[in-house]
Amino acid sequence: MSSDHRQPAKRTRGMALAVVVAGTLAIALAASSGAASGATNWSTATSATSGGGLSALIKAAKAEGTLNVIADPKNWADYGVEISTFEKLYGIKVNDENPLGTSQQEITAVQDLGSQSRAPDVVDIGQSYALANASLFAPYKVAEWSDIPAANKDPQGRWWNDYGGYVSIGCNTSIVKVCPTSFAQMTNPEYKNDIALDDPPTTANSAFSGVWAAALANGGSLANIQPGITFFQTLHHDGNFVETPGLPAAIASGQTPIVIDWDYNNAAETGLNKAKFKWTVAIPTDASFAAYYAAAINVKAPDPAAARLWEEFLFSPKGQNIWLEGYARPIELPTMIKSGSVNKTFEKLLPPVAVAAKYPTQAQVTAAEALIAKEWAASQS
Amino acid sequence: MGSVAVLEQSLPEDPAARRRRGIPRGAWVGIVPFTLYVLVFLGGPLYEVIYGAFTTTGGSLTWHNFSQTFSQPEYRSAFEESLKISVVTSLLGGFFGVWLACAVVTAGPRSPLRRIVGSGAGVLAYFAGVPLAFAFIATLGRYGEATTLLGHVGIDLGASGFDISSLTGVELAYVYFQVPLMVLLITPALEGLRPEWREAATGLGASTFGYIRHVAAPVLAPAILGGLLLLFGNAFAAYATSYALVGIYVNLVPGWIQQLISGNVLVDENGIGLALGVEMIVVIAVVMVAYGLLQRRATRWLR
Repeated sequence: MSSDHRQPAKRTRGMALAVVVAGTLAIALAASSGAASGATNWSTATSATSGGGLSALIKAAKAEGTLNVIADPKNWADYGVEISTFEKLYGIKVNDENPLGTSQQEITAVQDLGSQSRAPDVVDIGQSYALANASLFAPYKVAEWSDIPAANKDPQGRWWNDYGGYVSIGCNTSIVKVCPTSFAQMTNPEYKNDIALDDPPTTANSAFSGVWAAALANGGSLANIQPGITFFQTLHHDGNFVETPGLPAAIASGQTPIVIDWDYNNAAETGLNKAKFKWTVAIPTDASFAAYYAAAINVKAPDPAAARLWEEFLFSPKGQNIWLEGYARPIELPTMIKSGSVNKTFEKLLPPVAVAAKYPTQAQVTAAEALIAKEWAASQS
Repeated sequence: MGSVAVLEQSLPEDPAARRRRGIPRGAWVGIVPFTLYVLVFLGGPLYEVIYGAFTTTGGSLTWHNFSQTFSQPEYRSAFEESLKISVVTSLLGGFFGVWLACAVVTAGPRSPLRRIVGSGAGVLAYFAGVPLAFAFIATLGRYGEATTLLGHVGIDLGASGFDISSLTGVELAYVYFQVPLMVLLITPALEGLRPEWREAATGLGASTFGYIRHVAAPVLAPAILGGLLLLFGNAFAAYATSYALVGIYVNLVPGWIQQLISGNVLVDENGIGLALGVEMIVVIAVVMVAYGLLQRRATRWLR
């Protein structure tokens, strides 16, 4: 998942070490757990039907008894509720390893832990990580597979988008008199020292997307992120940009009165700070940029049935509505609105979008990342 | 500030003292747990970092990661900036630290000032990272307590050009933990300056300046230089404080390592991050060896 931020601590590759120590033991363990699941070998099942139906899957998952997820922060898109609901529903214990980790750490864990019993069963990662590492994931199609648009899934089923959001402008109304609703307004001198990104765009996908949205508002395109870099260079040069990352503590203290971040992160700040100030969330009128995260099952998942049941749960209307409650936009939202299975109360709380977003291709993402990596630091000095 | 703890472990034991005490046979058994601990939690990761820096993701030997760190301007400027901020804040911290330690030591061993500064320094030297950054934001940030109070008496910090989210802000925060660390490091050396030496020098006709120049300064120099080296290493490895204050606006090497090995944007650049890590290890190793040598000289007069 990727919370990118929220934890700027020094990180080491300590996890790799555990492999060295526990490697051999784990292979034996995993081999035995695979054999124990009875008639169906769920680690190769490509759908619930192909493995003998949902009730067989539930039975096998309950027999496994545990599920390892990784980097799912409790207050991110309501993951805490997803986990506790799943635990209650099926009596399966969910271990959330490294809840504040990043996409890269999830991939590293999958690679390093192999089929050990504590390896992640499932991941929730940035799109480019899913594409680059598709060979690590098991092909599987959830029951609602056809409700996921073709552009949002791997044809073989090794990953598929789960939820996403739009780049938005969060704003503290007790400090800022008139909150900006577009990138164009942000160059106004009245926003001196006001505007922050939630993290550096070289680290966090959310901030990276913020720069891309700024590019769209300033004559750029999905093929050209440069105007976004130039835009923030101008903000920095004119003194409107605050270097402090717009982390929750910086928002609470007033140091970053305007923060560009995913709408679900900004919407969560509204609730966190409601006792002190009003935090409004707007999707910029001059740029709609959205991105989805991707779900995938570890091909060596130590709990193969529980992993598949977890995905079935997340993509059922129940799981999708929980993400919606966390202000994220579940991938099946359009079809759920049509079929009426959407929770209308939560749907109304989403910040309105004027223009639907278009999504970049992987080649465009790679090119934009390379440009940011090369130019961001220099553009800010 | 983990580096300090590590550096302190490496204080060379005084060989004379060892001879005097004598080490009983079998004593090595006592250090087995510690050795294992170091092997697992320092040796293992160290191997991983060095191995990863010299190999491709496929496992074949490569120099590519290192050549990238030398040829790409962003990594070079990160090293320059890291070195610069470490030198500036260790000199500032060293200067004020020695000043404060002198004031405290001259106040006499029983003065309350000395006890307060001593325990204060012990706590504040390790107050760093994100908590320190947010303490500064809460105090001197745009809507910080001090900023607001000063505003009431007509001093507008923001208009005066001061901004905590800047290089100056980061340096100020670093100095905040560098000064007390220098006090801790230098106080024993200052205490080692015996009053008799001064009396003797004065008795032989030396002025205060003459005493400082010919007696105090030569005795203290290795200790002060060693202290400055530790402060340098301390600042060089620090990272979270700067990150929470200004993100990557102050372009530091540990910041790049973080972005490269665990970011959400740069895919498959792990090796370069590890190569930067190896380069930092080399810098810190040089600092530690120099510190060890200086420490040997510094303790000569302090027995």
